[in-house]
Amino acid sequence: MTLDHLPLGTQARIIAVDWSRLVAEEGARLRALGIDEGAKIAVAHRGVFGGSDPLAVVVGRMTVAVRRVHAAAMDVEAL
Amino acid sequence: MNRQRKVALVGNPNAGKSALFNALTGARQKIANYPGVTVERKAGRMVLPSGEPMELTDLPGAYGLDPTSPDEEVTSKVIRGEFVGEAQPDALIVVIDASNLEQHLVFAQEIIALGKPTVVALNMLDLAERDGLVLDPAVLEQELGVQVVPTVAVRRRGLAELAEALAAAETRHPGPGQTDLSLTERRFAAHAMASAAILSESQRHRLHARLDRMLLHPWLGPIVLLALLFVIFQAVFAWATPFSDALEAGVGALSGLASATIPAGFVQDLIVQGLLAGVGAVVVFLPLIVILFAFILAMEQSGYMARAAFLMDRMMAGVGLSGRSFIPLLSSFACAIPGIMATRSIPDPKDRLTTILIAPLMTCSARLPVYAVIIAAFIPQRTVGAGIGLQGLVLFALYGSGVIGALIAALVLRRSFTKGAASGFIMEMPKYQLPNLKDMAIGLWQRAWIFLRRAGTIIFMVTIVLWLLLSFPKAGPGESQVDVSIAGRLANGLAVVVEPIGFNRDMALALIPAMAAREVAVSSLATTYAVDTGDDEDAEAVALGDQLKARWTLPMALAFLAWFVFAPQCLSTIAVARRETNGWKWPAFMLAYLFALAYLAAGATFWIARAMGLS
Repeated sequence: MTLDHLPLGTQARIIAVDWSRLVAEEGARLRALGIDEGAKIAVAHRGVFGGSDPLAVVVGRMTVAVRRVHAAAMDVEAL
Repeated sequence: MNRQRKVALVGNPNAGKSALFNALTGARQKIANYPGVTVERKAGRMVLPSGEPMELTDLPGAYGLDPTSPDEEVTSKVIRGEFVGEAQPDALIVVIDASNLEQHLVFAQEIIALGKPTVVALNMLDLAERDGLVLDPAVLEQELGVQVVPTVAVRRRGLAELAEALAAAETRHPGPGQTDLSLTERRFAAHAMASAAILSESQRHRLHARLDRMLLHPWLGPIVLLALLFVIFQAVFAWATPFSDALEAGVGALSGLASATIPAGFVQDLIVQGLLAGVGAVVVFLPLIVILFAFILAMEQSGYMARAAFLMDRMMAGVGLSGRSFIPLLSSFACAIPGIMATRSIPDPKDRLTTILIAPLMTCSARLPVYAVIIAAFIPQRTVGAGIGLQGLVLFALYGSGVIGALIAALVLRRSFTKGAASGFIMEMPKYQLPNLKDMAIGLWQRAWIFLRRAGTIIFMVTIVLWLLLSFPKAGPGESQVDVSIAGRLANGLAVVVEPIGFNRDMALALIPAMAAREVAVSSLATTYAVDTGDDEDAEAVALGDQLKARWTLPMALAFLAWFVFAPQCLSTIAVARRETNGWKWPAFMLAYLFALAYLAAGATFWIARAMGLS
C-alpha cells in the first residue's frame, strides 16, 4: 500500500521510497524532516473540500504537509 | 581596538530562534540583506557577563548544512565562513525545540561537529512541559559534549545562563568531531539521545492535534479561514478610525499653528500646502497599517499561518502554484516588498517567479490610504444585513478583485511565460502557541518604522516636488492655479490617455507622482486641491473627502479604485523585483501586464457603473 491510500489515523511504517519519482530537492527536504525509509508515519488530515490533496502526515513529533505525489511514492505497511 | 566579535543563532525552522533573538537583543536590531542576495540579515547586540558586547545575528532556519533553498544556503555558507562579505561567527548558539528533540538534534550534531565554540539553547521548555515531557538537560550535555542551557525565550528564562555558557564555551576547544556521519546515522543518534534525555512522557491529548481537527477540517477549516480574513478586514477599518481621526486632528492643529506663526508667503505655503497636506495625508493611515500587520504577525506567531498555507494549497495548485506561495502573498497584503522577499522560501524557480509577478496584485497597505479616502467619500456609511458595513464590504470586494486577478494571472502565466514542471508542497506545521506581546511589538515597530521612513523620504520629496510643479508658474487673475502650473500641463497630456476610462485631469495628475508609491496619490490629491483653493480668501480648509465628493462622480471614483487594484505604481516593488529576478526583463513584463490590466479594469468599471445609472 502507498501512503496516499493509508486510512486516516492508522500508524504505519515506510518500507520503501521510490526517490526517482520525486524531484531531488524535494526528496532531500522530506529526508531532512525525517520522512524516510523506516520512519513511523500516520496521515492526520487529507484534502480540502472533499479533495485528496494535500496531506498532513504525523512523523515523530511533527506534523508535515506533503502532496499526494510524494505520498504515492512511499510504500507503507500498517503497524 | 579589536573588532567586535560575532555570535550567530542557528537551528531548524520553528525552533523559536526569532523569539530568542528578540529576548537577547531587545528592540534595537539592524535589519538589512546579506550582500548580493535578498535573504534578510537580522543583527543585534548581546553582552557577555564580562561586559564585552558581541554582535548577535539570527541566521535563517535550516534543516542541515546541505542547502535545499537559498535561505539554507546563506546559513550554511555563513557558518562555514564561505560567505563573501560576511565574517564567520566566532561562536554559535544552536537553538533546539525541547518538545521535538528527535528532529532538532540531527542538525545540532552537525553544527557541534564543526568544532567551533558552541552552546545549545534548549528552547521552548514550557511548551514541552505543557505536552507532558520531562527532560534532563544534563544528559543532553553529556551526549553532545557542549553546554546545554534550558531557555524559555518568551519569559526571558535562561538568558543570563546562556551568556555565561557562551563565555565559557570560548575557552573550551573541543575540536572538530565526526563530520562524515550520514543523515541516517545522525538521525539514529538523535533518537538515542532524545530517549535518554526524556525522563518521562505522559500521553496527553495534545492541544495542537485537537485544534488541527477543527482548523484543518476539510470543510470547516476553509470556512474558518475565510471568516477570519473577513473579520480582519472589517476590524482594520473599524479599529483604525479613532486613531486616524486623532492623527488627522493633530496634523490639522499643526497646520493651524504653522499658518499662525510663520509669516504668509512662500515658506508658509510650502509647509502648510506642501509638507503638512501631503505627508500628513499619508501618515494618518499608520494605524490601519499597524493593525493589519498585527493580525499577520499574530497569524505567523500562533502557528496558524502554516495551516492557512495547507488550506490554500489545493486552490494554489489549481493555478500552478503551491500553498507556500500563500505566505508571501499574504505578506504582500501588508507590503509587496517583504512579500517578494519572502518568495525565496519557495524552492521551485518558476513557481517563485510567478509568485513575484502576481505579488503586486495583493492589496498592499499603500493602497489602503487611497481606498480609505475614496470609500469614505463615496460609499455611504450604512449596514447591509447583520453587522456588515457597506464600506467594509466594498473594501473586501477590492481585496477580492486583486486576489481573483492574481489567480487568473498565475494560471495564464504558468501556461505561457513561466511554464514548468508542477511544483510540490512540503511544509512543517509548527505547534500552536499564544503570540508573545513583546515579539509582536518589536515586529510592529519595525514595520511602522519602515512606513514612516518612506513617508519621511520618498513621499516627502515627491510631495514637495509636486507642490513646486503645481505652484509655478503663478496663475494670473481669473485663472486656475492648477491649470496654469507645470504639473497641470503634464497631466493634461496624460489625461487624454486616461479620459476613455473616466479619469479627469486631477486624477491623471495624481497618477504621475503615485508612480513612486501609491499612497502619494492621496497626498497629491490633497496638495492639488489645497493649491486650488489656497488663493481663495473665503475658502475654508475643506476636508479632502468633501473636495472629492464635489468634483468626482461615483463611476469616476469606482474606476479610480479599480485602477489601483491592478496598477503597479510602486518604484520600490519594481526595484525589488529587479534584484530578485536578476535583470530588467521580468520587472518590465510586470509593469506592462499590470498597467494593461489596470486600464481595462478601470475602463470596464467606469462604463458599467455609468450604464447602471450610478452617479
